Amino acid sequence: MKLELRGISKAFGTFYANKGIDLVVDDAEIHCLLGENGAGKSTLMNVLYGLYQPTEGQILVDDQVVDFSGPGDAMAAGIGMVHQHFMLIPVFTVAENVALGAESTKAGGRLDLETTRRKIREISAKYGFDVDPDALVEDLPVGVQQRVEIIKALVRRARVLILDEPTAVLTPQETDELLDIMRQLKANGTSIVFISHKLREVKAVSDQITVIRRGEVVGTVSPQADTTELASMMVGRSVSLSLNKEPATPGEATFQVRDLSVIDEAGTRVLNEVSFDIHRGEILAVAGVQGNGQTELTEAILGTQPVSGGSVQLEGKELLGRSVKQVLAAGVGFVPEDRSVHGLVSQFSIEENLILDLYDRAPFAKGLSMNLAQVRKNAAEQIERFDVRTDNALNPASSLSGGNQQKVVMARELGRELKLFIASQPTRGVDVGSIEFLHRRIVAERDTGTPVMIVSTELDEVIELADRIAVLYKGSIIGIVPADTPRDVLGLMMAGVSADEAAAQHKNQGEGQ
Amino acid sequence: MTQPAVLPTTVVAHSVGKKVPLTLSIFAAIVLVCFGALGSTASAHFGLSSAGDAFTLPELVLPGRISNLIIGLFMAGIAALAWVRRNQARPLGRGWIIAFAALFVLSFLIWVVSGARTPSISLAGLLAGAAVLAVPLVFGSLSGIMCERAGVVNIAIEGQLLGGAFTAALVGSMTQNAYLGLIAAGVAGALVSLVLALFSIKYVVNQIIVGVVLNVLVSGLTGFLFTTVMQADAELYNNPPRLPIIEIPGLSAIPILGPILFKQSVIGYLMYIAVAVVWYALFKTRWGLRVRAVGEHPKAADTLGIKVNATRFWNVTLGGIIAGIGGSFFTLVAVESFTKEISGGRGFIALAAVIFGRWNPIGAFLAALLFGFADNLQVILTIIGTPVPSQFMAMMPYLVTIFAVAGLVGRSRGPAAVGEPYLKE
Amino acid sequence: MSAEKTAPAPAKNDLFKQITQGPGLVSVLGVIVALIVGGLLIAVTDERVATTAGYLFARPSDFFSALWEAGTSSYVALFEGSIYNSAQGFAPFLETLTVSTPLICAGLGVGLAFRAGLFNIGAQGQIIIGAAMAGYVGFAWHLPVVLHLLLVIVFGLIGGALWGGLVGLLKARTGAHEVILTIMFNYVALYLLDFLMNTQAFRRPGETNPISPILDTTAVFPALPGSRLHVGFLLAVLLTFGMGWLLKRSTLGFELRAVGHNPLAAQTAGVNVQRAMIVAMALAGALAGAAGVAQVAGTEKVLTAGIAGSLGFDAITVALLGRSTPWGTFFAGLLFGAFRAGAVNMQISTGTPIDIVLVVQSLIVLFIAAPPLIKAMFGLNPKKKKIQAAAAATQGGAQ
Repeated sequence: MKLELRGISKAFGTFYANKGIDLVVDDAEIHCLLGENGAGKSTLMNVLYGLYQPTEGQILVDDQVVDFSGPGDAMAAGIGMVHQHFMLIPVFTVAENVALGAESTKAGGRLDLETTRRKIREISAKYGFDVDPDALVEDLPVGVQQRVEIIKALVRRARVLILDEPTAVLTPQETDELLDIMRQLKANGTSIVFISHKLREVKAVSDQITVIRRGEVVGTVSPQADTTELASMMVGRSVSLSLNKEPATPGEATFQVRDLSVIDEAGTRVLNEVSFDIHRGEILAVAGVQGNGQTELTEAILGTQPVSGGSVQLEGKELLGRSVKQVLAAGVGFVPEDRSVHGLVSQFSIEENLILDLYDRAPFAKGLSMNLAQVRKNAAEQIERFDVRTDNALNPASSLSGGNQQKVVMARELGRELKLFIASQPTRGVDVGSIEFLHRRIVAERDTGTPVMIVSTELDEVIELADRIAVLYKGSIIGIVPADTPRDVLGLMMAGVSADEAAAQHKNQGEGQ
Repeated sequence: MTQPAVLPTTVVAHSVGKKVPLTLSIFAAIVLVCFGALGSTASAHFGLSSAGDAFTLPELVLPGRISNLIIGLFMAGIAALAWVRRNQARPLGRGWIIAFAALFVLSFLIWVVSGARTPSISLAGLLAGAAVLAVPLVFGSLSGIMCERAGVVNIAIEGQLLGGAFTAALVGSMTQNAYLGLIAAGVAGALVSLVLALFSIKYVVNQIIVGVVLNVLVSGLTGFLFTTVMQADAELYNNPPRLPIIEIPGLSAIPILGPILFKQSVIGYLMYIAVAVVWYALFKTRWGLRVRAVGEHPKAADTLGIKVNATRFWNVTLGGIIAGIGGSFFTLVAVESFTKEISGGRGFIALAAVIFGRWNPIGAFLAALLFGFADNLQVILTIIGTPVPSQFMAMMPYLVTIFAVAGLVGRSRGPAAVGEPYLKE
Repeated sequence: MSAEKTAPAPAKNDLFKQITQGPGLVSVLGVIVALIVGGLLIAVTDERVATTAGYLFARPSDFFSALWEAGTSSYVALFEGSIYNSAQGFAPFLETLTVSTPLICAGLGVGLAFRAGLFNIGAQGQIIIGAAMAGYVGFAWHLPVVLHLLLVIVFGLIGGALWGGLVGLLKARTGAHEVILTIMFNYVALYLLDFLMNTQAFRRPGETNPISPILDTTAVFPALPGSRLHVGFLLAVLLTFGMGWLLKRSTLGFELRAVGHNPLAAQTAGVNVQRAMIVAMALAGALAGAAGVAQVAGTEKVLTAGIAGSLGFDAITVALLGRSTPWGTFFAGLLFGAFRAGAVNMQISTGTPIDIVLVVQSLIVLFIAAPPLIKAMFGLNPKKKKIQAAAAATQGGAQ
C-alpha cells in the first residue's frame, strides 16, 4: 500500500509540532522517520493514525485523499500502529486485547474469542512469536507485549505498520529480533514506518530515511548515507561528539554500595546483589536498557524503594534505613529520571521548585515559618547561574520548556555542598543546546571532587560523560569497564554477555574482518 | 518520622502481607473468646419455615457456647492456613475467606440469639426480609457498576435513588398507575445521570464533586417540591398505588428460598433480571469488553476506534435508569408515599456494595444481600431483646466496607481509569 | 515525540486547579444564574402563579406579575432575614454570622484537605465526633470559667482530628481511597453518636429523647447580648488567619501543598508523604471539630443526635465555592450562612421551604465548576469561536 502525507501541519495552540510535512511511503517499504526526541515524529504519526486532526494538509492512501476522524478510520484504511507506550489493557488477556474493537460475536451478542485465539496462533506460527492467547498481558515481559501489539495490527489486516520508537525498551539482541520481524513483514508486503532516533538501527533496516527536525522535514536520504551526515541532519549542526573534558583525577572511594538487592511487589528480584564504589572526582555511568533495575537502584539509594538486603555507605555512614530527608541532608544531590513526575511540582512556581527539597532548612526556613525573601533571592541567583529562560520566577514550572525544567532541577540539586551527586537520564527530552550545558555542569561538579553517578539508557551520553561504566542487566551489574570500551562490547554487555566474553567476541569480529 | 524502617538486613516479603492472616486471627479469637467462652450457654433457636411453606422444616437448635467454640476452632484453622500460606508467599484463596466470613456471621447469629431474652428467630423470615431490603441497594450498586466500569465515579447513587423515589410517587399518584410511576422513576434517574455525564464528561468537572453536589441538589429539589407540591395536595400528588406482590404458585411455597425468589414485587423480579443481564452484558459480550476497556485504559480503547466519551455517556445514563427504578422501591413497594430523604443514605450503602462486591454485579448483589441482612437483623434483634445495640448493627455495612477498602480482608481493586476524564489533545 | 512529554502536564484530573483557578466573574455569574433558577423554581410552584397561568392568554400581565412577585418576594424575605430589615436593623446579619461560624470552620477543614490533594467528604463525621467530645466535656465536667471553655474547644478539636486522622492513617498505610473512607466514617460517627445519646452518660436525666444536659455556663461561648452571635465567630476568623499563614508561610503548608500537587515529587524531595496525609486529614478534622464546638458550645448549647445537621455536606460546597483558599472559604461561608439564616425568615413570611437553599447552593457549585457552561450562557466564549472558525477554515482548505 502506498501512503502519502502532503503538507501536514499540526499546531497545539500557537506551537507547531509539525509544519508542512511531506512524506511518501511506498508499497512494501521500510521507511524510517529519524529525528531527535521532541522533533515531532510521534505527533505526525498520531495525525496519520487519526488520533489528532491535522491543522493543515492531506493524507493519501493509494493516491486517494482520505480523512480520518478517528483511529477507526485509519485502521479501516489499513493503517496499524504500535505505540511507544503500549496500548494494552493490563488486566485483559492477550486474546481480549487483540479482539477489542474488532470482536467477532456469536448469537446473543456473545463474544467469540475462539476465532481471535485461532488468528493469534496463526500469526504467532507465521512469524515465530511465542504468544499464549490466554495469558494476562500484565504478566508478560515487555518484548512479548510488543509482539501482542504487532499481532493486534496484523489481525486488523494492516498494510502499513507504524512502529513508534519500538526499540526503546529492548535489549540490543531483542532489537535485532525485531528488525528481523520487520524484514519478514516487508517480505509479506507490509509497509513499515519506523520511528527512531538510533542511527544504527535505522541504517540497518531502512529503505528510505526521512529526517525530521523541529517539526519540519530536513530531507529524505538513502540508508547508505554517512552516519555523521545523518546525525548532523538530525540535530541541525555538526555535532561535536566529545565534550573534551579533562581526565578524571579520582580520589578515595567515598561512596560504596554492597550487595544491594531489591525484590519488587510481584516477588521478582529486580536488583540482585549490586556492588560498586565511586571515587571522589569521578563519574560512574550506569548503562543498560531501560527497565533493568536502574530506577530501583537510584530509588533504593534515595530511600524511596524498600530493599531486601545490602548496604549503601557514604563517607562511612550507612544510608539505607534512613528517610529520604536524612539521605538528602547527608549530602546527596538527586536528579530523578522523570522530572515531571518526580523532579518538579509543575504547578508550583519556579521559585518554589528551586527549594523543593530545602524548604525546611536554613536559610529558607526559620522554625515553622518560611523565609520568603530568601526563597526569592535564591531563585534569582539560581536562574542566573543556570541560565533558566523565564521572565518571572513566579511562573509555574510547567511554563518552562523541558530543557529549562531540567535546569531548574539540576540547579536545585547542585546548588548546595554535595558529597554525592546522582542524576538519572539527566538530558532526556532536553534540547541539544541544553544537553551540552547540563553535561558541562555535571563534569564541573565532578571536578570539585564530588563522586558522581549518572544513570542513562543513551549509550552516547554514557560514553560522553563516564570515567568508568557499569552495565546493569536484569538487576545485576554485568561488569564495570573503562570509559574507552568499544560500543559493541558495551552493547553485548547490555544484552547480558559478560565483559570478558563481550571483549573476546569483539576481538574475534575485529579479526574476522 | 513514621516511615517504615528499612534495615539493610531485613528481608521484606512483598507478595503476601501480614494483614490478612492477622485480621483472620483476630476474628477467630473474637469468636473463640467473646462468642464462645464468654457467650451464653443457652441454645439458639432458628426457625427455617414460614407460614405458607409447602412442608415444614424442623427448627434448628444450636447450643450457644459449644457451637461457637467449634466454629471458632474452624476459623482458627483457616487463620492458621493463612499464616502457612503467607510463609510460602502464596495468598489465601477467596473461597477460604468467604467461608471464614460465613462462619463468622453464623457464629455471631448464634451468639446474639442465644443471649437474647427470647432466644429464637425465624431465619427464613430474616432472609426473606433481607432480600426485600436489598432491592434498592442492588439497583443502586448496579448503577455504580455501570458507571465505574466505564471509568466514571458515581457518588450520586443516593441522588438517583431519591429522584426515582420522588418521581415514582408523583407520577404514580397523578396517573394512579404504579407501572407508569416505575417508568417515570427510571427517567428521573436518567436525568440525574445526564447532569453527571454532562458535567463530568463534557465540562470535565471532577466526578466526585459533581456526584457530591448532585446529591445535595436532588435532596434540595425533592425536599422543596415535597413541601410545595406534594404536601399542598397529598391526595392528588403523594398517594401512589402500590406495586402488587406477585406470588408464583407452588414455587413460592419452597421453604426458605421460595419467598426470596418467587414472592416478590415486580421490582424484586426486575432486580434478579437486572443482575443477570448486567453481569452477562459486562463479561460475556462485545459491548461489555469495550466498556471495561474504556474503564481500564481509555486511550488504548480510543486507539482501537472505540468512542470513549460516548461509551461513558451511555453507561452513566443507563446506570441512572437502573438506580431510578431502584428508587421507586421506596414509594411503590416499601411505603405508599414519599417523605423527605426517604432513601436515607442507602445510595452510599450501595456504593459500599459496589466496592465490597469488587465491581462485579454478582458480587455486589451478594454484598447488598449481606447489608440487607444486617439491616433486617438490626430490627429483629431489637425485638427479641439482645444486648447488642442496634446502632452497631446499623454500622456494619460501613465498617465492612472500611475493612474491604483498607485491604484487611482481600484487596479491592477498581477499574484503573475510574475518575479520570478522557481528553484527547 | 516528547512534545507531549515536555509540554505542561495536562490539567487532566487536576482537582486542585479546578477548585482554585477560576475567574471571579464566572463565580459572580454562577451565583446569579443559580439565584435566577431558584427564583424560577419558587415562582412556578407558587399557587398564585398557577392560578394566573390558567388565564394566561386572557390576561398575561397577571401571570407575569405573579411570577415576578413570587420570585422576588422570597428573595426579599431572604435578604430581610439575613442582612437587614427595617424592624430589626442589622440584627439579622448577626444571625448570619452565627450560622456562618460552623460553615466557615468546616469549610476550612474541607479546603485544607483539598489543598493537600485529599477529598474530605468526612467533615460530617468529624463535626459529630468533635461536637460529642466537646459537648461531653461541657456538660459532664464542672470546671472554672475560661479553663472549662478552653477544654471544650481543645477536646472538640481533638475529636475531629482523631476522626479525620484515622482516615489519613488508613489511607497512608493501606492506600484506601479517602472518599470512600470518609463517607463510611460519616455513617459510623452518626450511629456512634446515636448510640451514645441513648446511654446514661449522655442522655439528660429523666429524658427519653436523645438529648444531653445543657452545657455548663462556664463551657459555652459568651454571646453578644440580644443575639445568638457568640465568640465562636472570632474563633472562625482566627482559624481563617491561621490557615492563611499555614498555607502561605509555613514549611508544613509547603509540604502539604507539594503533596497535594505531586506526591511523588514531594517524596523524592524528602517529604514524608504518609505523614503529610495523616497530618492534613487530622488538621482538616480539627477544623471540622471546631465547627462541632461552635455548634454545641455556641449556637445550640446542648448535644443532640442531629447536632451536625447537614453542615458537613454544606461545608463541601462552601470549600468549593471558596476555591479552597482561606478567605474565599470564609466569604463563601458567609454567603451560605446568609442563605441559611434568611431561609428561616423566608419560610415564615412567604412559605418557601428551606430546601431551596440546597438547590441554589448546589447549582452555584455546579456552575462555577464548569466555567465554559457559564461562559456559553453569557456568550463569553471567544476562544471557542476562534477554534471553530479555524476548524472551518481547515476543512474548507481540505476540500
